[in-house]
Amino acid sequence: MDFETVIGLEVHLQLNTATKIFCACRNDFGLPANTCVCPVCLGLPGTLPVLNRMVLRSGMKVGLALNCTINTFVKFDRKNYYYPDLPKGYQISQFDFPIAKKGFLDFITGGQEKRIGITRAHMEEDAGKLIHDDAVNATLVDYNRTGTPLIEIVSEPELRSAQEAYDYLSALKLTLQYLNVSDCDMEKGSLRCDANVSIRPKGEEKLGTRTELKNMNSFSAVKRAIEHEAERQARLVFSGGSVVQQTLLWNEEKSVTVPMRSKEQAHDYRYFPEPDLVPFTLTEAAIAAVRGELPELPFVRLRRMVAQYGIMDYDAIILVSDRAFADFFEAAALTGVDVKSLVNWMNGPLMKELKERRCRVTDLKLKPLDLAALVRRVNDGTISNLAAKDILADIVDSGKDVDLVIREQGLAQVSDEDELGKIVDDILKEHPQVVEQIRSGKANAAGFLVGQAMKRMQGKANPKILNEFIQRRVMHV
Amino acid sequence: MITNETVKYIASLSRLHIEEDRLPVFRAELESILQYIDQLAKLEVANVPPTSHVFQMENVFRDDVVAPSLTPAEAMSFAIDQHSGHYKVPKVIE
Repeated sequence: MDFETVIGLEVHLQLNTATKIFCACRNDFGLPANTCVCPVCLGLPGTLPVLNRMVLRSGMKVGLALNCTINTFVKFDRKNYYYPDLPKGYQISQFDFPIAKKGFLDFITGGQEKRIGITRAHMEEDAGKLIHDDAVNATLVDYNRTGTPLIEIVSEPELRSAQEAYDYLSALKLTLQYLNVSDCDMEKGSLRCDANVSIRPKGEEKLGTRTELKNMNSFSAVKRAIEHEAERQARLVFSGGSVVQQTLLWNEEKSVTVPMRSKEQAHDYRYFPEPDLVPFTLTEAAIAAVRGELPELPFVRLRRMVAQYGIMDYDAIILVSDRAFADFFEAAALTGVDVKSLVNWMNGPLMKELKERRCRVTDLKLKPLDLAALVRRVNDGTISNLAAKDILADIVDSGKDVDLVIREQGLAQVSDEDELGKIVDDILKEHPQVVEQIRSGKANAAGFLVGQAMKRMQGKANPKILNEFIQRRVMHV
Repeated sequence: MITNETVKYIASLSRLHIEEDRLPVFRAELESILQYIDQLAKLEVANVPPTSHVFQMENVFRDDVVAPSLTPAEAMSFAIDQHSGHYKVPKVIE
């Protein structure tokens, strides 16, 4: 029997607001323990939460970017459970009226376009951080993270392989980065992902029993965990067993999933409306205003750039992989420079400079006009490719004018026939036997002479012109 | 029907310890609450808009502006036990 894997993903996104969701404590990462806490986020008696305006706004942005319907009536609910990371004994979340519902995300996977449904996106508060310290035989609690605004994004169980899940996550992250609502950094925990995985015989409509995978700290870990879990479930079913619904923790070092203790699994959260927060109503005008502020999103931009510039999908994917990089390209393209050459310079040499510096294009002194000028100087034969790469390495940091650098460093290719003529004549005199070979029909022997001339001119000759010149001299002098 | 087992389960979710001989008391109280809900369920509410909050207020916001947090000394003053700036609690993982 052939099985197919059914995957749904839950992504938690920490928002990059200045303050927490319900209080005015700083929303920051990596500060000393318990230095960003106040009576509200510590859940002290008598305190009241008040919603951060920007959180609702970011929630709308995320919902709209994922093609969701924004609920015009929004409220918060309490999700009750006892754990030391949750000082109030409940998490303020959203249950039946989330900010956004019923959307989708388009992306490319395996060379094909794919659309995955988004069930919902809702706002909630993050919990504190627990450190299990063997030295003091206790659990230590840092509440700095408590009350950090989160958006949880739940996909439909429409993903069919670990690779698809990986590609969905990459596309989702890119979309969220375009919105500039979060760092989207899995290492820092500002983007986290849980996966619901089940298997079923191919062709079967009914969903199999699912398990929930947690504790993956990179997209590739999500992929490996799903692959492992799908195989585990298939082996279980083949050997006559059945899948038990449970939560599993991914162990990265051992590459295995381990069941969470049953004690931590009591999924009886007894949701009820949060009495400390009044509801929110959103007008269609307010929703339209936020929609109007959305940037062009990566998938739409990809499609437009392929059509508008006649570039390959492959190149467009690299360009849109960073909003600022694509902006840079389009600004340079506006100058009318040859787009095909520009793409090659962006995705080749410029990308290399960025990777070496581990920075974004906006961190460079280089401006789009400079790159366009450089590409133009290569295309009109003023400089060689090699010289242009050296110039690029210089001007990404210095921000100098391309033509100025060409003059300062004397990098312009020599096309002047008088100057070329002198050097070529010398070379021909020094290598009469090669000249004879060319005359007797071995045209490619000229390559040696081109090399010799290049050497003498320290690479500043235009090799094409030089080659033609040598051929002509040999035949006619 | 609320059974003693239900009372025990709800108590465990709430981390409450209830003596065995007190179970019938809570069972009866929970039972009467549910009966009251049943009574409400019989009301004709087709023309009553759903209420999610008792106050007729909505859209109460705060601007995204930082205000000072507690000092570490203040934050730790609520701690029953502490260790290097952290609240210290019994181990929750074996």
